[in-house]
Amino acid sequence: MIEAAPTEKRLLRLDMMPHMLCPGCGHGIVFDAMLRVLARRYETLDGVAFVAGIGCSSRVVGYVDSATMHTTHGRPLTFATGLKLARPDLKVIVVTGDGDGLSIGGNHLIHAARRNIDLTCVLFNNEIYGMTGGQLAPTTVPGAFTSTSPEGNHEEPFDAARLVEAAGATFVARAQSFRTRLFEEVFAEALDHPGFSFVEVLTDCTEYFGRTNHLGTGADLLFAQGREEPAVDADLATRPTLRPVPEKRTRPTLATGVLHRSRRSTLEEAMGLVGGAR
Amino acid sequence: MSTLQLVQGNEACALGALAAGCRFFAGYPISPSSEIAEALARALPRRGGVFIQMEDEMASLGAVLGAAMGGARAMTATSGPGFTLMQEHLGYASLAEIPCVVVDVMRGGPSTGLPTSPSQGDVMQARWGSHGDRATVVVAPASVQEVHDLTGTAFALAERLRTPVVVLFDEVIGHMREGVTLAAPPAGSAGRPVPGEPPGPSFRSAYRPNAEGVAMVPDFGRGYRFHVTGLMHDERGYPTSDPATVAALLERLERKTDAALDALPPERYRLEDATVVLIAYGITARMARAAVDVLRERGIPAGLLRPRLLWPVPVAALEEAIAPAELVVAAEMNRGQWSLEVERVAGRQVPLAPYLKAGGSIISVEELVEHVLAATREGVLA
Ligand code: SF4
Repeated sequence: MIEAAPTEKRLLRLDMMPHMLCPGCGHGIVFDAMLRVLARRYETLDGVAFVAGIGCSSRVVGYVDSATMHTTHGRPLTFATGLKLARPDLKVIVVTGDGDGLSIGGNHLIHAARRNIDLTCVLFNNEIYGMTGGQLAPTTVPGAFTSTSPEGNHEEPFDAARLVEAAGATFVARAQSFRTRLFEEVFAEALDHPGFSFVEVLTDCTEYFGRTNHLGTGADLLFAQGREEPAVDADLATRPTLRPVPEKRTRPTLATGVLHRSRRSTLEEAMGLVGGAR
Repeated sequence: MSTLQLVQGNEACALGALAAGCRFFAGYPISPSSEIAEALARALPRRGGVFIQMEDEMASLGAVLGAAMGGARAMTATSGPGFTLMQEHLGYASLAEIPCVVVDVMRGGPSTGLPTSPSQGDVMQARWGSHGDRATVVVAPASVQEVHDLTGTAFALAERLRTPVVVLFDEVIGHMREGVTLAAPPAGSAGRPVPGEPPGPSFRSAYRPNAEGVAMVPDFGRGYRFHVTGLMHDERGYPTSDPATVAALLERLERKTDAALDALPPERYRLEDATVVLIAYGITARMARAAVDVLRERGIPAGLLRPRLLWPVPVAALEEAIAPAELVVAAEMNRGQWSLEVERVAGRQVPLAPYLKAGGSIISVEELVEHVLAATREGVLA
């Protein structure tokens, strides 16, 4: 068993362990990197609140010893909006997934970005619904097999970062579970940024996406990110029980790092809730 | 200090909320409730509060619950279809024990239905609209004055019981104007229960109940570190699927709402010697009250029981009113909702002649009198 480093351990609810993530899941790597950033800047998390939706990624907030809220599917940004406006002094961090944040909660994501409310939103993108058993997500690459795309996905995925930038977010970054140092850098910058800051982090679901698409172990998936190899198995279409998909596609090589940074009034500033206007 | 003003029902709701200390409103435009949002959009920022128009009704109640966890007395207002969209978050608020007030100005349904016509069609939605076994607290004002006052009561109950409280009225009450005495809220409307123990690294009792069965959940940002979830949870707030813990939690959440029954007993009108008992709430109760007077003039010993709290059902008060009755007439603007509760309580012992009207117009005194007279002629009253 790998022990958490002592600095991060003080931010954890060890009495809620064992955690529910599968062995090899990329979410644990990202969560660990989040904790390292938080441990560097906070002695305790009393001035912070975590708000999450529903899904494997959202469950990680329960393990943080802070004010944590595990809300409804797709709606964590709405709860976070109310909390931030009622308590602008709190640092509010939202954890969501690609199904939670881009499918059922897509409307809330673009509106939070448009409002430029001072929240930091981390979206764990693993291209699939893990918690409910590996169904198609709005981020699944075309051709990929899931439990609800048995003939391969026919749809184009969202580019979350570009969507959120177009909606008005003033800080947009993308990272990977493979390059945790990069994630730590952009997450730290996102926390410092006044306004809506959005970090999409590409992670992998070993249990469903990896298994269904014959992609190997968690380590295989992780290193595929690193080598920018196809994230869909090359001979997938030739599996005997499945009809060939029309066109084989791979998780595209996406730009990582800080993709957009600008400054305009936050919602709280515009409403006069911060900055001594009232 | 009190002042008499001519006020619209929806405005009275906003004024009642402000008097009760509401300082956060999130909402989405919908007829016939929009004036509540409009009034609070003007008033709240001036009083140091927050108004925000959200992208939909799910977001509106989500924001309200977030603000409530931040310590604010928070409210939203909506109507029929919007109330439907809020059902998931009503369930969340019940289970996570987050105080809030949700106003539903009823219009004709189902679907888009009759957007600017009155109805009492959301009574069962208010009770059972969200999935699972859920205790609900629903108040039903019958006048503009009562909209003002019961909105305050709703806040007091929501905070004390840490549960969503629904204020249910209809388009006519929402849009009509009446003279209202705007009094300060009664003293002693205590705030929400908070833990007695100080915050600290070992705080693990956010969902420990007080004597009334209400979890003493601290507000966020007060030094307490704890978890809030829509999963079944133990007294620490940690998720659990232990059947005994879950059953006890559901039982406690139901039991705590009984306190609302004492806080808001039904109005009894000319019931002392009544053998023809009318039962009505909201706008319909005003016609029923006038009908009682007309029936009395014609020699029929009629009376009215007017619940101001629809859920939980005031069973004892209903039984008391029904016991001496030879005819019970429940009247409402729908195809039979709360009258089913009357039927449940009355059993098969008493003749029932409900008067139900759905279609977008209110029940008149004349038609109600005619209905009662016909029921007595038909020998329901021998
Ligand atoms: S189901 Fe997938 S995303 Fe969920 S914990 Fe398991 S590996 Fe991770």
